[in-house]
Amino acid sequence: MSPGHVQAIAERTPLSLGTHSYAVGREKIREYARAVGETNPLHLDVDAARGAGHPDLVAPPMFAAVYCGGAFESALLEPELGIDFEMLLHSAQEFEWGPLVVAGDEITTEISLAEVGERLGMRFYAFHSSSRNQRGELVCRGVWTIVVRRRE
Amino acid sequence: MSGFEPGEELTPLHVTPDRYVTVRYAGASGDFNPIHLDDELARSIGLPGRILHGLYTMALVARAQTEAAGGPDSLKRLAVQFRGAALPEHEITITAKVTGQHDDRTVVSATATQLGKAIIRNATVELAAVAGGVGQ
Repeated sequence: MSPGHVQAIAERTPLSLGTHSYAVGREKIREYARAVGETNPLHLDVDAARGAGHPDLVAPPMFAAVYCGGAFESALLEPELGIDFEMLLHSAQEFEWGPLVVAGDEITTEISLAEVGERLGMRFYAFHSSSRNQRGELVCRGVWTIVVRRRE
Repeated sequence: MSGFEPGEELTPLHVTPDRYVTVRYAGASGDFNPIHLDDELARSIGLPGRILHGLYTMALVARAQTEAAGGPDSLKRLAVQFRGAALPEHEITITAKVTGQHDDRTVVSATATQLGKAIIRNATVELAAVAGGVGQ
C-alpha cells in the first residue's frame, strides 16, 4: 500500500469494517478455559456457575478474544487495507468489560479502523471493537493495535 | 478485594506453557497463524521458533488478576503492550502491584517476564469489587 493510499484511508477513519455474530457455547468456554489454565469452577462446572447465580457457565474475560476473533480477522483481511499478513505483529491490546458473558449468549461485535499511520518506520493500525449481548448490553470494548513490518 | 492498598503486591502467577499449548490455544481461539504452530516457518521469518499467541499471554495476565481479586467479574479493564516473542516450555512469571484507586476501581500495574525479559510490560489493570464471589 502506497503512502498516498494510507493517507486516503486515514482520512476516512473511523472506517466501519462490519459486524459479526458469535453464539457462546458451553463446551467452547470449557475448551478456552482449559487452554489458558483457568481452574475457577465458574468456567468449568455448570452447577457451580448456577449456584453462584449465573444462568450457565461464565466465560473468562479474555474469552473476548474468541467472540471478537471473527470480526478482527475479517478486518485484517479487508483487501482495501492491504495488510501484509505474514509481516503482521500484534503490538498492543486493550479490553474493557461490562456484564459477564455466559454460555447461551449471542454476541454481536462491530469493528472499525480507528487509526492508521507510520511509526518508527512501520505501519500501524488501530481497530476498535464493540461487543453487545442479545439484550443490547455492552459486554466488551476492545482496542487492537498491530504493526506491519516492511519486507527487506 | 476491598483490602488492596497502594503498593501492595498481588500473588505472583508462575506458568510454564507446555510444548503443545499453542496448538490448544489455536483451536480454542481460532487463531491458526502458523508463526504459533510451525517452528520452521517461524524461524524463516527470524523468530527463535514458534511463539505464544499474544492474547494467550494476555490471558495469563488476566488470570493472575482474577485469581487474586476474586473472580471474573472483578476484571474491568486490561491494557497491555506486547514486547518481543514469548516461547513455549519456559516459565512465565506474572507480577502485579496496586498503584492507586479511583472511583470504585483499584488500579494495578502488571508485568509478564520470561527468561529474564519483559514480554508484557506496564500492563494496566482496573479491578472492581465483586458481589458474587468465586462461587465454589
